[in-house]
Amino acid sequence: MASRRFWPALLPGFLLAQSSGVLSLAPVEKLAARRGATVDAKMAFILQPGYHTNSHTPSEDYLIPLKLTWDKGPLEVVEVVYPKPHFEKYSFSEKPLSVFTGNFHIVTRFKVAAGTPSGPNMMSGKLRYQACNDKACLPPKNLEVKLPVVIQ
Amino acid sequence: MVSNSSRLLAAAGLSLILLLGGCKSSKPVRAAGGSVKPESQRKQAPDFSLKDGDGRTVRLADYRGKIVLLNFWATWCGPCKIEMPWFMDFERRYKDQGFAVIGVSMDEEGWSVVKPFLEDLAVNYRILLGDATIAELYGGVEALPTTFLIDREGRVAATHVGLAGKSQFEDGIQTLLASTAAGISAGAK
Repeated sequence: MASRRFWPALLPGFLLAQSSGVLSLAPVEKLAARRGATVDAKMAFILQPGYHTNSHTPSEDYLIPLKLTWDKGPLEVVEVVYPKPHFEKYSFSEKPLSVFTGNFHIVTRFKVAAGTPSGPNMMSGKLRYQACNDKACLPPKNLEVKLPVVIQ
Repeated sequence: MVSNSSRLLAAAGLSLILLLGGCKSSKPVRAAGGSVKPESQRKQAPDFSLKDGDGRTVRLADYRGKIVLLNFWATWCGPCKIEMPWFMDFERRYKDQGFAVIGVSMDEEGWSVVKPFLEDLAVNYRILLGDATIAELYGGVEALPTTFLIDREGRVAATHVGLAGKSQFEDGIQTLLASTAAGISAGAK
């Protein structure tokens, strides 16, 4: 029973939630990557109810797109796959906007970078986003993203 | 046991999301529209010093004696774009009665994005480039648009956070103009 009082202390570091503003990243599991193969990291993002972010392909030029970028690390990015946006009409827009709402996933396809030694490692990146609700907008923010990896 | 551990970890993970997410995330921004406060409740609007597009320094104190609509906005803010034509209309109609609109852009990229945007909209009022200092002075300005209506004595008479109705702004402006007119008229007697 006593150990239950200290759940957070027992959690592995990679299960820590990452959050910035109204957007959070759900706990990320360690990714196992084998040389010569590609591997997908599927990350779940959670947006506070009532808010939307512009998608990676906003409907209007003046809107800031959501974008996931990775720093140079043990894995090389092959492709970032964003979810299909919703098109929603807001009180401030004449036509529906291309947005993400609620919970959504972004998949990054990686391959092991040349010269990376075997063993545990870490990928770091950031998700740049700009969120609004129906009446107001929040400044653009960067959500830091950490992805623990094991090179096999 | 394995199943219990997994459940424990999942629950702990979820708790952490809620805990950390709750700690770091912004408070939900709700639109708040203020009608004009009684004079006794108005506080002095913080003075500031910012540059306009021509590099001239502008202070709020320069506007003492005028009714000022101070609007924080950004080029990436959809709701701000809705309000700007209203403010242009107010500037045209009330300028001669001692009223002025000041727009403070919170674009990090600066004039390179702001100037083309202003040209597209043909904005007819003064725009300044904001910074963290003015945001701090005015309570953080976490959400855009945020607009303050400032009376002739330099006091905040009304605050609007989020997209408000045109009539809400106009009612406030007219109330302040009328109170000034009443004051002048009373003083003349």
